[in-house]
Amino acid sequence: MSIIVDGVTKRYGSFVALDDVSVTIPPGRLTALLGPSGGGKSTLLRIIAGLETADRGTVAIEGVESTHLPPQKRNVGFVFQHYAAFKHMTVARNVAFGLEIRKRPRDEIAARVDELLRLVHLQQFADRLPSQLSGGQRQRMALARALAVEPSVLLLDEPFGALDAQVRKELRQWLRRLHDEVHVTTVFVTHDQEEALEVADDIVVINGGRVEQCGSPDQIYDTPANEFVMRFLGPTTVFDGHVVRPHDLDVFSIAVRDAVRAEVTEVQRVGHEARLGAVVRGASGITTVSLTRAHLADLEVGVGDTVWLRLAKGASRLPIEVSR
Amino acid sequence: MAKTARRLLVVLYLLALVVVPVGLVFWNALKDGLEPVVEALTDPVVVHALQLTLLAAVWSVVLNAIFGVAVAVLLVRYEFPGKRALNALIDLPLSVSPVVVGLSLVIVYNVRDGWFGEPLAAAGIQVLFSTPGIVLATTFISMPLVVREVVPVLQEQGTDQEQAAQSLGASGWTTFWRITLPGIRWGVIYGVVLCFARSIGEFGAVKVVSGNLTGRTQTATLVVEQLYQNFNQAQAFTIAAVLAGAAIIIISVVATLRVRVERRGA
Repeated sequence: MSIIVDGVTKRYGSFVALDDVSVTIPPGRLTALLGPSGGGKSTLLRIIAGLETADRGTVAIEGVESTHLPPQKRNVGFVFQHYAAFKHMTVARNVAFGLEIRKRPRDEIAARVDELLRLVHLQQFADRLPSQLSGGQRQRMALARALAVEPSVLLLDEPFGALDAQVRKELRQWLRRLHDEVHVTTVFVTHDQEEALEVADDIVVINGGRVEQCGSPDQIYDTPANEFVMRFLGPTTVFDGHVVRPHDLDVFSIAVRDAVRAEVTEVQRVGHEARLGAVVRGASGITTVSLTRAHLADLEVGVGDTVWLRLAKGASRLPIEVSR
Repeated sequence: MAKTARRLLVVLYLLALVVVPVGLVFWNALKDGLEPVVEALTDPVVVHALQLTLLAAVWSVVLNAIFGVAVAVLLVRYEFPGKRALNALIDLPLSVSPVVVGLSLVIVYNVRDGWFGEPLAAAGIQVLFSTPGIVLATTFISMPLVVREVVPVLQEQGTDQEQAAQSLGASGWTTFWRITLPGIRWGVIYGVVLCFARSIGEFGAVKVVSGNLTGRTQTATLVVEQLYQNFNQAQAFTIAAVLAGAAIIIISVVATLRVRVERRGA
C-alpha cells in the first residue's frame, strides 16, 4: 500500500479537523478525497505531505514511517489550489527547482524540464514568467514542477478550484489522461462530486473530520454508506420513507403495479431537464422527480393532476435517518 | 473645477512644506558658484565628518537589513507569546524623540555606572564619545524602517511558495535564500534605502552620544549645525545640500528601478 494513514487526529484549538482518521491509499491509482469545505480533507492531505503535523496517529508513505519527517524528506509532490508559482522565476526555472536542489547535472535538468514542459503542453512558454500565464497554464506548470522530482506520491489540493468552469472540466480530463501516462500514486482533494466521480479510480468521502466511505466511484454512487454520502453525491428526495434520487423515480399518468398515487404541485423546466414536484397521499413533504423534457411532454400533466410514482429497479435508497 | 482646486491645494502644500525649503538649501549652496563648494568639501573636518556619517549609515543599513528581515519573518511567519508586545516595541524608535534615545544610551553605556558601559570599558571598548556609540544611536533610530517595509510584502507573499519549495526538497535555509528573499527583495531594498536616508540625516541621538568632538566624533549633521551657529552659513548650506542630494538621488533611483521592474513583470 502506498500511503497508510492510521488513527490521525488533528485539532485547531477546540475545533476537531480530523477525528481518528485511518485511510489506505493503493499504489499507482488516482484517489479523490471528497467532502464539503471544512470537512478535514485538505488537512489530511497536508498531514500526508508534512505541511501540518498530526496531534495523534501515524503516516507511512511507500512503507516508510513518515509521521515526523519534514516535507522535504518525504519525496512528495504537492500542487496547491492557488498554484504557488515561484513568481520571480521563469516557467522552466520553476520546473527545474526540485532538480537543482538535488544538484543534478545541468544537461540532465535541461532535458528533463524540456520533457516535462512537453508533457504539460507548455514548451513554448519556457521563458515566460508565471504572471504571463493563465490560471490553467500556471496549474499545469505547478504539476510539471511537482512531477520533476519523480515523487513517490503526488498530492493535489483542490487543484482546479480557482479556475473557471470550462477550464476546470478540460483540466480534469487532462489530469485523468496524464495519470494514465505517468501512473504515479495520486491523491487529490475536491469538494466537487462530479469531478471525483469522473476522474478518480477510488473515492474517500470525508466529512466532519471522519471518513464516511471509501470505494470505487460506482460503489460510492450505487451503494452509499449513509444519507450524508448519498446527499453529497447529488440531488436527493424523499419517497416512501426513503431517501432516493429524483431521476430514479418513474412517473406514470395511469395506475400501474406497485406505483403510488400522488398529486402534482409544481412543474419546472431547467434546460434539457424537467422537474416535477408531487405530494404522495398521506405523506407530509413534496417528492421531487426529474425526467426528460420529452417524457414530461408525453405525460401531459400539469399542476393539480394525478400521477403514479414508482422507484426504478436497482435504484439506491436509504431509510431516512431520524437524526444524525 | 473642484478637482483642479484640490490638486492645486496638494501641490501648494508640498511646495511650501518640502520643495521650496529644500530647493533653497541647494540655491544657497550654489549661489556663489562652485569655488566655495569645493573649498567647503575639501576642509579636513568636513571630509572626516562625511566619512563618519557614511560609516555610521553603512553599519546601520547592514545591521538593520539583517535583523529587520529576521524580525519581519518572526512577526509574520511565527506565533509566540509576546508577539504583539514585540510588534509595538519595533515602532518605539520612531515615536520616541532621538534625544531621549541618545540619553538612554548614555545611561546604559556610560563608563562609570552603565550596565553595559562598565564591563565594556574594562574590556577596553569605549562606546560613548566614539564611533561605536554613533553607530549604535544611528542603528537604533532607523531600526523600524526595514521591518515596516518588509512585513506587508511578506504577508502578501504568503506561505504557499515556501511550502512548495519544501515539498520539492528545499531545506529551510535554501527556501529562505531562493524563494522568500527574492520575493520580498523590493521591500528590503526600499527599507534599506529609507534606512540609509534616515541614517545620514540623524542628529539628536548622535549629538548626545558622540560628544560632538570636532574632527573626531562629529558627523555631517553636527558639522552643519556648528557651522551654522558660527555664522559660516555658506559652508553649512553646502554640506546640507550634499546630505539632501544624496537622499534624493538614492530614493529616485530606487523608485525608477522599481517601476521598471514592475512593468517588466506585468
